[in-house]
Amino acid sequence: MNDQPLVDQKLVKYHFVAGMVYLMVALMAGFLFALQFLQHYPHSGVEWLSPGRIRMIHTNAVAYGFLLNCLLAGAYWAVPRLSGHPVWSRFVSWFLFWAIQAIVIFTVFGILFGPTLGYKWGIQHWLQAQAIEWGETPILIDPVVVVGLILIAINFMRPIIKGADKPLYVSLWYFSAGFIWTILNYVMGNYIPEFYTPGASGAAIAGLFIHDLVGLFVTPLGWGLMYYFVPVIMKRPIWSHAVSLIGFWGLAFFYPLNGVHHFLYSTIPMFAQYSAVVATVGVEVVVMTVFINFVATIRQQGGMLSTSLPIRWMFTGIVFYMITCMQCAYQVLLTTQQIIHFTDWVVGHAHLVMFGVFGFWILGMITELWPRLVDRPWHSRTLNTWHYWLSMIGTITMFIDLMAAGLVQGFSWRSLQPWEESVVASVPFWLFRSFAGTMIFVGQILFVYNMWRTARAPAPAAAAQPVTGLGAQPA
Amino acid sequence: MKQTLLIERFGTIALVGGLGFFALSVVIFAVIPVALMKEVKMVTIEEISQHVLPDFRDLAERYPEQFKKYFGEASPKTYAEALRLGRDVYIGEACWHCHSQFIRPVSNEDLRFGRVSYAGEHQTELQMPPLFGTRRVGPDLIREAGRHANDWQAAHLWEPKDVVSTSVMPSFKWFFDKPADPNGVPQPNKRGLALITYLQWLGSWAEPLDPPILPELASAKPAEAAPAKAETKVEAAPARKPQPATTNPYE
Repeated sequence: MNDQPLVDQKLVKYHFVAGMVYLMVALMAGFLFALQFLQHYPHSGVEWLSPGRIRMIHTNAVAYGFLLNCLLAGAYWAVPRLSGHPVWSRFVSWFLFWAIQAIVIFTVFGILFGPTLGYKWGIQHWLQAQAIEWGETPILIDPVVVVGLILIAINFMRPIIKGADKPLYVSLWYFSAGFIWTILNYVMGNYIPEFYTPGASGAAIAGLFIHDLVGLFVTPLGWGLMYYFVPVIMKRPIWSHAVSLIGFWGLAFFYPLNGVHHFLYSTIPMFAQYSAVVATVGVEVVVMTVFINFVATIRQQGGMLSTSLPIRWMFTGIVFYMITCMQCAYQVLLTTQQIIHFTDWVVGHAHLVMFGVFGFWILGMITELWPRLVDRPWHSRTLNTWHYWLSMIGTITMFIDLMAAGLVQGFSWRSLQPWEESVVASVPFWLFRSFAGTMIFVGQILFVYNMWRTARAPAPAAAAQPVTGLGAQPA
Repeated sequence: MKQTLLIERFGTIALVGGLGFFALSVVIFAVIPVALMKEVKMVTIEEISQHVLPDFRDLAERYPEQFKKYFGEASPKTYAEALRLGRDVYIGEACWHCHSQFIRPVSNEDLRFGRVSYAGEHQTELQMPPLFGTRRVGPDLIREAGRHANDWQAAHLWEPKDVVSTSVMPSFKWFFDKPADPNGVPQPNKRGLALITYLQWLGSWAEPLDPPILPELASAKPAEAAPAKAETKVEAAPARKPQPATTNPYE
């Protein structure tokens, strides 16, 4: 144990690479699915490439492939530095790495081939996608995921508890709570609606799961990493410790209460729907404190937005976070829901949150860490700048486009036009969305190419120049 | 030295934030709703399949060879099998990602789709996990029963664009067997028949185009509230037993 280095850099690198591979898969799937909406799906009639299945590949590759891998990479980098102790076990870390890839690949296999092979073998219900949004991981593999999540929690809890004799830094609050929440949430969402509660009460729990996966897994890990990386890269302390406390405890209290807002005006008991709406507006107020805290931190040295690409990624993500949260406080209202529920408005919202916020933070982290992980300076800074602008413009374009599409669809439905009218009216928006998505895709391809060229460059003659400004050095 | 506040300690964060607040959310959004719904009995597939719908018998007549090959004859047992498989196909092909299964009391949805959803109709084994859906690219399906004939459903699954030219729904040609005769018409296979059965079941308990609900209508004897399509097929469905007034399992 004692010979274990503080941070296993190779592990961080592997997690980032795996995450980027899945991001490519997810973008490819998203692009294909977008073509279906234009009646130009290239693999029409090919069973395992059916657009419905491809759609689930898109979301699952993002959640469990890209986000999980990259957020864990960030945690493997930050938690030992913050606590002063390495993670529990190097063996377990590597075991988890391969287990996660195996689970994601099994999920992809189950979604693509489960309905066919499962039907043949008589185990369709267990091998194919599970009917829980964001939890399509086949039921067969769910127990393995739960064990994996418990191991992840133990792996990271150990350094956190060991370092708990000193005051815990903000990031570690988020990590501690986030790992516990994720285990509980996964068990709740994947088992209770599947085996115990049908219909409305099951939907209430499925709603909790959908939202908690974003709010209690991705969000705490994402903010935990921001609380580490932004101050470290800027070499400035976070603006206010007290405000961080409000942000964390507000999120911890309000966020779990949000889930049912995914099924407003449904047969779920109304008290639960009203509570969820109130709690959702509550969480947005709390989130503003976090936003203010970060803007005040970055403002101390605002020039870094033009000089430091990682800070620019992270700041953009933080601004997008504020936009999505403000939008959420508004779109969750019952009046707004009458129009926008079931429409592309929500799809736009999801893209801005998942890619525009957490994706951007991760890409900022990779931009910062990759040269250190491969021990070479970036192959091309120009490509990285292109990567940023293509992703940023693509994301904001897609967001606005889908928001507008949602309004068109919602009002078309309410006006009782024939259903097809809403589809016809959406096609121009869907076409534009495909272009925006292509911009994002091209940006990521440039970035992956740049990562590859950087890693494959000849070894630096004499550690040329300090590539980045991260404070802590690996032990 | 700076004093550590209680709310900054690992134990507080893990126990109060991690476990406590999560438990609170489970109580409010899971335990209480489940307790409230306890009065509404869950209907099992076995109970549902006791009422074999005319559409299932129609499939047996319309595609006799295929039906005989895959299901034998229309009986509660085969009906249960078809519903279960149809639901699994609906999940596996991600139908639920573009079609919802609940009608809201807003945005004229009752005028478009029919009766507003009520808790009892989702309290069935086939809604485990619930298939409410969060996106409508295509229309809601909880009042789909009887909207279209079985052969419309088959043609639509084969190639939606042939039926609705502007449709963006994918085609599902693997739900059909290739005809032996090259000029023959593809016939739905087991998965196709099961999916059509499932779709025709969705909302069969509440007439799709009824005017807004009269509670006494919903609890009336099935003979009085019998849908028109059932009457036209009386000879095809002689086995349908008159039910006592209180046994509408969805209410």
